[in-house]
Amino acid sequence: MTALDFSTTLGNAWFPAPTFTASGCASSGRELSQFFDIKTMGGVVTKSVMLKARNGRATPRMAETPSGMLNSIGLQGPGIDAFLAKDVPFLVEEKARIIISIAGETVEEYSTLARKLRSVSGISAIEVNISCPNVENRGLVFACDPEASRRVIDGVRRTIGGELPIIAKLSPDVTDLVSIAKGVVDAGADGLALINTVLGMVINLDTMRPHLGGKTGGLSGPAIKPIAVRAVYQVHAEMPQVPILGMGGISSGRDALEMIAAGASGVSIGTASFGNPTAIMSIQNELKDLLIAKGFTSLRQAIGYAHRPEGE
Amino acid sequence: MAGINKNAAHIRANVVSNKRVGQYHQLIVNIGDLAQKCRPGNFVAISVGGENSRMVLRRAFAISRVSSNSVSGGTMELIVAPHGQGSKWLCAQGEGAILDIIVPLGTAFGIPTEPVQVLLVGGGYGSAPLFGLAEVLNAKGCRVDMLLGASTASKIYAPMEGKRAVNSLRIYTEDGSMGQAGRVTEPIAGLIHDLNIAVIYSCGPMAMLSAIDEITRGTDVVHQCAVEESMACGIGICMTCVLPVVDADGNISMLRSCIDGPVMDGSFVQWDKVGKAL
Repeated sequence: MTALDFSTTLGNAWFPAPTFTASGCASSGRELSQFFDIKTMGGVVTKSVMLKARNGRATPRMAETPSGMLNSIGLQGPGIDAFLAKDVPFLVEEKARIIISIAGETVEEYSTLARKLRSVSGISAIEVNISCPNVENRGLVFACDPEASRRVIDGVRRTIGGELPIIAKLSPDVTDLVSIAKGVVDAGADGLALINTVLGMVINLDTMRPHLGGKTGGLSGPAIKPIAVRAVYQVHAEMPQVPILGMGGISSGRDALEMIAAGASGVSIGTASFGNPTAIMSIQNELKDLLIAKGFTSLRQAIGYAHRPEGE
Repeated sequence: MAGINKNAAHIRANVVSNKRVGQYHQLIVNIGDLAQKCRPGNFVAISVGGENSRMVLRRAFAISRVSSNSVSGGTMELIVAPHGQGSKWLCAQGEGAILDIIVPLGTAFGIPTEPVQVLLVGGGYGSAPLFGLAEVLNAKGCRVDMLLGASTASKIYAPMEGKRAVNSLRIYTEDGSMGQAGRVTEPIAGLIHDLNIAVIYSCGPMAMLSAIDEITRGTDVVHQCAVEESMACGIGICMTCVLPVVDADGNISMLRSCIDGPVMDGSFVQWDKVGKAL
């Protein structure tokens, strides 16, 4: 058997495998644990939690599209206190590695959320979701505004101190992703999660109106994979030292390897789990086999491999 | 939702037969010993389109009946309307085709501990799981009466053998092409009174379920309904199939029809808020 070091790091957090759930695609973790042992993947990125309980948007909340889907959930969730009381202990008990994803409506709310996480044990990192497309006011998508992005990350960094890695989740729906990425790294982000869903719409031809209750939704699934690979590649080219959690349509080990070669240190799997609850396990196994077959002895060697100089 | 889906398994299963029944297809699928774990009301989630399909999401179907002692091992029956791309693909799968299935999923209809009078109400092919339920209720000693409704005769699903467990069966079509002309909900109030109905089990369009709730509201009649909201995953992780449900403390929250349902107590569902933001 060939030895392969499959581990990865995001900031100072170490994970035995580079495979994660994508936030909003694993609910509390309990649901997937019916199908596989969740500690065997790299980690669980929880559904973005807000300060208060939130009901989310009206149904219909989803529409299947060619090789993808639109969702319009609107960050439904129990709020941070109930989440910390009920959901986190389960993940800790299951020995899963945990990245807590937070979402706020204001810069201050992100800091308040971060303060509540400061004393919670068993967390590997914090994902700061500044790019959920399913909010009432598009102006609230912080990740579309370099200055707002910077302020959110700066606030979280100051609150949390230097211990926990902060991963900023960015939107692909911007003109210059690299400058926004640089801004949040300057403000204290240790890593980047790329990409959130792409804003889209489906018109229902029976009603002749937008199909989703929230009218617009986030496009995910294989349809957006090339956009995600491009985003990871562009950002890694400019900031090769910043770890990236890559996501967007990954549904096979080959997809995961593309993302890693483009510059991702780890991959998140979302929509593929909707179609197949054990998708993360299959992707993890396929990726491991592929890396070995291609002669890599560690995952780390493959990160950003597509950027190597001509002739190597 | 504690412990829900604990019996669910992700399997590859053989199609034993696929027959056209009116506008619908009856698929019999070999699921081996899992058949013993399926209860009326449970559903399955099936991958559609084969490998490299551009349809990335599973399709959910109610299990209409299971059989544990058939020659081909444990089987389940699905009644499928070839409606969209996914269900059309499924209806085109012949004997021997292999399906990627997660089974069984979701909540089941509660079965009374005492032999009481029950009324089963089905709309369109929503009637399919009611026949398997009727057998279970009949075996418990319940008197089972059934009402089926649809817009037109070809959309009524009422197999001959399904009627054995039913004391009476009345059919309503909106265009009068089969049974009595009218809506299936029209006779319910009278039947509750005449037959001393304790429980109504319903499966069909949301508008029908809501109309039944209006009739049973304020009465002692328990209304167990199988709700229908479009799902992306079927296993509780996508949060798309939600509907507003009130709890014992009066708090309304968006529950998932896949994992907190599909069978729910109709009196807790906030029918006037379905499809709206809370």
